[in-house]
Amino acid sequence: MSDATSSKTDGLPTQEKRNFIQTLEVDTRLLGMIGAFVVVCLVFNVLTDGRFLTARNIFNLSIQTVSVAIMATGMVFIIVTRHIDLAVGALLATCSAAMAMTQTAILPEVFGLELGHPLIPWIAMLVGIAVGTAIGAFQGYLVGYLMIPAFIVTLGGLLIWRNVAWYMTSGQTIGPLDPTFMTLGGINGTLGATMSWIVGVLAVAAACWGLWSARRNKIAHGAPVKPVWAEYTVMGVVSAVILGFVAILNSYQIPAARLRRQFAAAGEEMPEGFTAVYGIPLSVLLLIAVAVAMTIIAKKTRFGRYIFATGGNPDAAELSGVNTRMLTVKVFALMGALCAISAIVASARLTNHSNDIGTLDELRVIAAAVIGGTALAGGIGTIYGAILGALIMQSLQSGMAMVGVDAPLQNIVVGTVLVAAVLIDIIYRKRIGAK
Amino acid sequence: MTTPLVELDNISIAFGGIRAVDGVSLDLHPGEVVGLLGHNGAGKSTLIKILAGAYKKSGGEIRINGEVAEINSPRDARRYNIETIYQTLALADNLDAASNLFLGRELTTPLGFVDDTKMEAETRKIMKRLTPNFQKHNEPVSALSGGQRQSVAIARAVYFNAKILIMDEPTAALGVHETQMVADLIKELKAQGLGIFLISHDTREMLELCDRVSVMKNGKLVGTERVEDVTEDDILSMIILGKNPREAAA
Repeated sequence: MSDATSSKTDGLPTQEKRNFIQTLEVDTRLLGMIGAFVVVCLVFNVLTDGRFLTARNIFNLSIQTVSVAIMATGMVFIIVTRHIDLAVGALLATCSAAMAMTQTAILPEVFGLELGHPLIPWIAMLVGIAVGTAIGAFQGYLVGYLMIPAFIVTLGGLLIWRNVAWYMTSGQTIGPLDPTFMTLGGINGTLGATMSWIVGVLAVAAACWGLWSARRNKIAHGAPVKPVWAEYTVMGVVSAVILGFVAILNSYQIPAARLRRQFAAAGEEMPEGFTAVYGIPLSVLLLIAVAVAMTIIAKKTRFGRYIFATGGNPDAAELSGVNTRMLTVKVFALMGALCAISAIVASARLTNHSNDIGTLDELRVIAAAVIGGTALAGGIGTIYGAILGALIMQSLQSGMAMVGVDAPLQNIVVGTVLVAAVLIDIIYRKRIGAK
Repeated sequence: MTTPLVELDNISIAFGGIRAVDGVSLDLHPGEVVGLLGHNGAGKSTLIKILAGAYKKSGGEIRINGEVAEINSPRDARRYNIETIYQTLALADNLDAASNLFLGRELTTPLGFVDDTKMEAETRKIMKRLTPNFQKHNEPVSALSGGQRQSVAIARAVYFNAKILIMDEPTAALGVHETQMVADLIKELKAQGLGIFLISHDTREMLELCDRVSVMKNGKLVGTERVEDVTEDDILSMIILGKNPREAAA
């Protein structure tokens, strides 16, 4: 919330001369990140002779980003409250193992639910989210009430949960998972053309309504507002981005061989010349839902306000009556729940639980949050920044893979980008005079 | 005499065997400013933090309006309309003025979400009264000057109808002009009938603003005197020697 406002160079509402960007009241750091993302995409598009910005690759990029991006939104809250969570990848593995065992072994064998029973995927997800939340809350209790540094608690957690998952599954790959469960993985669950357009139009309507009602609310309280044309410009750009994204996903055709298999499975013959498109993957919808919910928590709830206040000045928060210990428990519990949601997406995408699922995800998640502008000193960070950070990381990685960069060089580049991004952020903050 | 607003009766607190406050008794009446003086480590801030709910006393009794008050947390203190302005500014630097003013007591919409627009509107109103030139409503308070930050802290106390105000070195970080602004504000709040505990190192300022001054040394109360009855030298010798010259003379 602070960096959204700090981009404005003056507090005087109208007197001072303001340039185009200032009048739009758009966060310049957001623009910078989007700019970096666009540059990455364009460079790879040239290097791959146009293969990077195809509908197919954009679709794949989206579904590959979801798991890390969901966890990165939670990592923003952790880092904002001046903690760190090194256990997210391992916790993802434990949640994934718990869900895989629940749906393939425990429910069918202990509770006698037949494989394919419609309740199985939902019970499995609930179990996973409960496990993630409970483990997260426990780690938060160790940090908040017993005062063990989060670095140590979660470093221990990294070893513990990774191997709890191994122990639970005896190191075996558990699969195949429930078909309904697997629709949340990406390619196996998409909305198709019509539903995608409906969702896109609804999203545009919601965004415009949100912007407009915020403006009305400001006017009602006599607060300064930006000119109407600026409001329309922002609405236009947001709408174009949403609908453009839907249009791209809707132009990715399902391969004919795959369609034929689907018809064959239903016992029918595929009509000649039949085509269908993927549209928006359910996992991407899930990410958007998480992002919206987390943004509302950050900006519009007391919980979110206290997270940022505690990150900015823990003593001030405590003296203002905020229970900072309980807050730590809640923040870690939320992170645990998000790890479980990511575990659903990650295992569904792979169609099974494998022993190495989520390995090194903690580093990707932290890097995504930090590239997205979350300050390790606490108090500063945004949800959209973390998601953009995840997207930039994933683009770099898959782009380099497509270009054929050697594996060691790929990681060298990603590491360099991480450090450079933080350096640029520090220089930027100094320039605008914010802390 | 009327019932005091606050009575601190024989208050003690110990940290690991060191008695930071040792059997101190003070009272405060409505519309009165009581100053607390003493060296660093004399126990002034600790005593006042007990009243503010930041520390738990290990002995003694606090009475508000004659009734025994249980103050175990800052939240409890607020229930008794006690507001504190701390030496280390208790503001979250990364949040704007409105978020800081309402921290812990956010205004919410009917759906339970924080209502930033309304909080900002209220903040604009109260800040206009305290510092008419204040404009930086949309910037984090880290971008504010010391005086502006202090006025945000004072605005918080005023807005929530404090009856008892604790000011721990409110002018320590301020320039001359801003110090005067805070002094005027203290006089105005006093005229409105608030009781104010003021901590400062500036003896002259204390003699100007306070009705009575209490001097502490090594956790003990040296004495409490009406400002008309003492000179600056008397107070200095109380601070340095830990003895009340008037008592010694009597």
